[in-house]
Formats: sequence, C-alpha cells, structure tokens
Amino acid sequence: MVIDGETIVPKVPDTQVVCRNAVLGYEDGIVTRDLNFAVNSGDYLCILGENGSGKSTLVKTLLGLQKQLDGEIEWFKGMSSKDIGYLPQQTVVQRDFPASVREIVRSGCLGKMGLRPFYNAQEKQLAEDTMKQLGIDHLAKHCYRDLSGGQQQRVLLARALCATRKMLLLDEPVTGLDPKAQTDLYELIASLNKEGITIIMVSHDMAVVRYATHILHIGSQRQLFFGTKDDYLNSSIGKNFIASERGEFNA
Amino acid sequence: MLDTLINYLVNYPFVRYALIVGLLVSLCSSLLGVTLVLKRFSFIGDGLSHVAFGAMTISTVLPVIVKDILISFSQEGKLSASGDALVKHLTEMNDMVIVLPITLLSAILLLRTGQNTKIKGDAAVAMISVSALAVGYMLINVFSMSANVSGDVCSTLFGSLSILTLKKSDVWICLALSVVVITLFLLLYHKIFAVTFDENFSSATGINANAYNLIIAVITALIIVIAMNLVGSLLISALIIFPALSAMRVFQSFKGVIICSAVISVICAGTGIILSILFSTPVGATIVTADIVVFMIFCIISRFTRRQKA
Repeated sequence: MVIDGETIVPKVPDTQVVCRNAVLGYEDGIVTRDLNFAVNSGDYLCILGENGSGKSTLVKTLLGLQKQLDGEIEWFKGMSSKDIGYLPQQTVVQRDFPASVREIVRSGCLGKMGLRPFYNAQEKQLAEDTMKQLGIDHLAKHCYRDLSGGQQQRVLLARALCATRKMLLLDEPVTGLDPKAQTDLYELIASLNKEGITIIMVSHDMAVVRYATHILHIGSQRQLFFGTKDDYLNSSIGKNFIASERGEFNA
Repeated sequence: MLDTLINYLVNYPFVRYALIVGLLVSLCSSLLGVTLVLKRFSFIGDGLSHVAFGAMTISTVLPVIVKDILISFSQEGKLSASGDALVKHLTEMNDMVIVLPITLLSAILLLRTGQNTKIKGDAAVAMISVSALAVGYMLINVFSMSANVSGDVCSTLFGSLSILTLKKSDVWICLALSVVVITLFLLLYHKIFAVTFDENFSSATGINANAYNLIIAVITALIIVIAMNLVGSLLISALIIFPALSAMRVFQSFKGVIICSAVISVICAGTGIILSILFSTPVGATIVTADIVVFMIFCIISRFTRRQKA
C-alpha cells in the first residue's frame, strides 16, 4: 500500500477497508477530520487516542451506524460494515441481565438470519464450537450476571465470532478488568489474530501496542499517525505518547 | 365455597368472560414485562396507561360534546334526526375505537422522544402521563353524563367493576389482540432478546433495533389497552412489572425468566379474579395483591438460593 499525500491506494489484494479523507461527527459539529487509513486481512490495527478524540465516533461510522460527513469509506472483497464482529463496551443494562451464556452467544447469529424467527442446527452448532474455542463451554448454562468481568468479555467475544470470522472490532475491551484478566484477554485476541481474523482494537492502553501490527493515532480534531507499529515507535508522536503513558505509570 | 364458584362459572357468562380476558391479559403483559423492565422502560407502561385513561374519558364524553355542538348549531334548538343517530352511534361505539389509536400514537411518540436528547425520556413520560390524567379528569367533570362522576373515574382508574361488565365484543377484541401480541412475541422472541440485551451490537450486525423498539412500544400499547378493563389504568404497571421482577429474582436464563413470569402472572390473575368474586373485593387490587405476595415469596427464595451459591 502506498500512502501518497492524501490518497491511499490499495495495492495489497486482500485489503478489507479503506478510509479516505473521512470527516466524522454529528449534525451539530465535526469530531475529527482527515482520517486516512487502510486495513488488510489479517492486520491487527490499534486505534489510539485520548477521550473525546473521536474513537467512538469512528467505531460507529465503521459499523455503519452513522454516516461520515465527508470523504469515503470503501469496503473490498464483498465485505461491508455488517461483516464486523463487534465487541461493544458494557452497558448498565447488561450487568444484571438474566440470560444464560448460551443464549447470548447464539444471539450473534441473528444478523444473518433475516426474517427467519428461530435458530437452525448449524447456527446452534456454531455457537457451541465458538464457546469451546474460547474456553467457556463449561459456563454455557451459567447466568451472565454471575460471571467475572473477564468471563463476560469472553462471552461477548464468542457472540461477535458467531456473527463473523472476518473482522473483529473491539471497543476498549479491557476496561474494568484486573491485570491478569487483561493479559489473558489480550493473549486470546492475539491468538485469534494469528488464525487470520482481522482485529481493530480501540484503546487508550499502551499495553496493546505490543500486539498490534498497525497503529492509528487520533488526536483532537485530526489524525496524528497511521502506519506500522515499528514506524510508530520510531516517530516523535509515538515516542511522546509512550513517554507520557510511562509518566502516568510512574506517577 | 367451591359450589358457589362453579355456580357462578356455569350460570353467569360475565364471570367466564372476566376469567378469559383476565388470563389472556396477564399472559400478554408478563411476556413483555421482562423486556420492559430490563430495558428500563417500566415507566413507559405507567405513562401509557394514563394516556389510555385520558383517551377513555374522551370516548366517554364525545357523544355529549357532539350533541352540545349540534344543538347549538341547529336553528330549532334541538337535534335533527341524523344528528340524533350520530350521537346514538357514538354512545354505543366500543371505547377501543378511540382508546387504541391514541395510545398507540403516544407509545410511538414516547419512544421517539426517548431517542431525542432535548426532553429526556423519563421527563417526557412523566409529562405525557400527568397531562393525560389532568385533561381526562377535567373532561369527565365538565361534560359528565352520569351523576356519579367520581364513581366513573374510580372504575376507570382502578377497574373496580368493569371486568364484570364486559360485553361479548370486548372479549372478542381482547382475544384477537392477545393472539396478535403472543404471535408477534413468539416470532420475534430471539430478536427482542438481542435488542434488549445489547442494542449496539444488534444494530451493528444489521438488526434494525429501532424497528424492534417500535414494535415493542406498539405491543406495550396494545397490552395496556386490553388490560384497562381488567385492573384499570393505575394498576397496569403492576401487572407488567411484578411477574417479571419476581421471575428475575430466581431464574438464570432469559427463557426461564419469561416462562416463569408468564406462569406467575396467569396464576396470580386467576387466583385474584376468583378470590374477588368469592369475597367481593375489587378485581384489580386483588390481582395486584396476589402479585405482591408472590414477589415477596420469590425474594425469600432468592435469598436462600443465592446464599447456597456463595
């Protein structure tokens, strides 16, 4: 792929999505502008940025829940925003929700079902297999509200994997987890990435940079950096960010 | 006592009607109650029931208003034959014809304002519900047809006697609406679950969450309209939320909660109606009391089951 001034031309045949000069925001204002990046199949893209920099707006736009104000987001290889497995931030409603793990994981299949009201055998099997893959099959009958934070995230991850195997979009997945559960979840996501699933991870946590192949850093109102992880670590923006994060750790 | 009950059931069709309508209404309301409670929509039920009260009073006073207007416009100072027929038609018309569309419309409006940030959802609900109450009470006072205004208001609010005065047409309408509600719920069960659990994820995978929210609001309005006859508009919320809250205390899966809440609701309604007939207590209040008792029992049960787990 060539980053040529303002345009990004997809050269790699397995590019999944390209974002050109995108301006994001709502009717009453622009949140961020000049976003240029591309995601290839198998990439691990980490979207960094402080609170209010437009990360969640970017997530919503990628998911197709809102339109970009300007610029374009182009999908390739028959992909669309519906082919993203989404791991949203937890909501208040979910914390005391009476539902079994199996019910939640199966609900990932709903998007593909159209108007058919019930799951077929294939979809049920997919849910069972995914639970096994993520090591939560023994929890299938447990209630979601009784699980630990890390287990809950695995359940939501399994649900996202039932929706698609092409691309996962994770929105601050480790928020509120203890350090051990954070590392476990990062390792699990990295192993999924090794199987060929594209990962887009939104985070303000430096720890995730270690796993990423590409970094997109959004500052206030504009894009600060897009490129490979190594370039980022050598860039002044990357160095500053890491230094400030370390500073926070030491303080 | 059993003899009296069987005697009533065999000899008085209105007792049978009351039982049929009561069981259907309680079943429908409990199905949706779980979703409404979990989506933090409990108060929409309350607000809509007050709207239904307002609509009910409009339908009650409409013949009087039309009559007054027609008389004031006619030269002889009395009703023409066609005017008389119109008023008669309006008086005999089933209340549902007016109550249903108004309640449906309010349900949709409330849901829209829920997404709008200018007036927050709970404030909008409170606003609409007190407005409907006030306007309804005002109308029924100004254009009263009967001498016993407070009696009329009381029975609309608490459904005290109306369930025992159901007409056959009421029973058919209730039956038809219940079939619609139950069929819709069964067909959309998995999607309603997904939208309730996680609206963001559902819309991201291509489920039209707004459409399903709209359907949920419409079904809620339907249930409230059919439940007005049973417990009256003030106690409808109880019918919607209590079985759900009880079931959520004990059961661990969505399916379990739904089934349990349906069973609780139907049993409480049946018991409530039978007790109210035997001891001549107000129907609505008796059913809700039964729901409260069950809720307390389930609270105690959950104490024990939770402790075992820990």
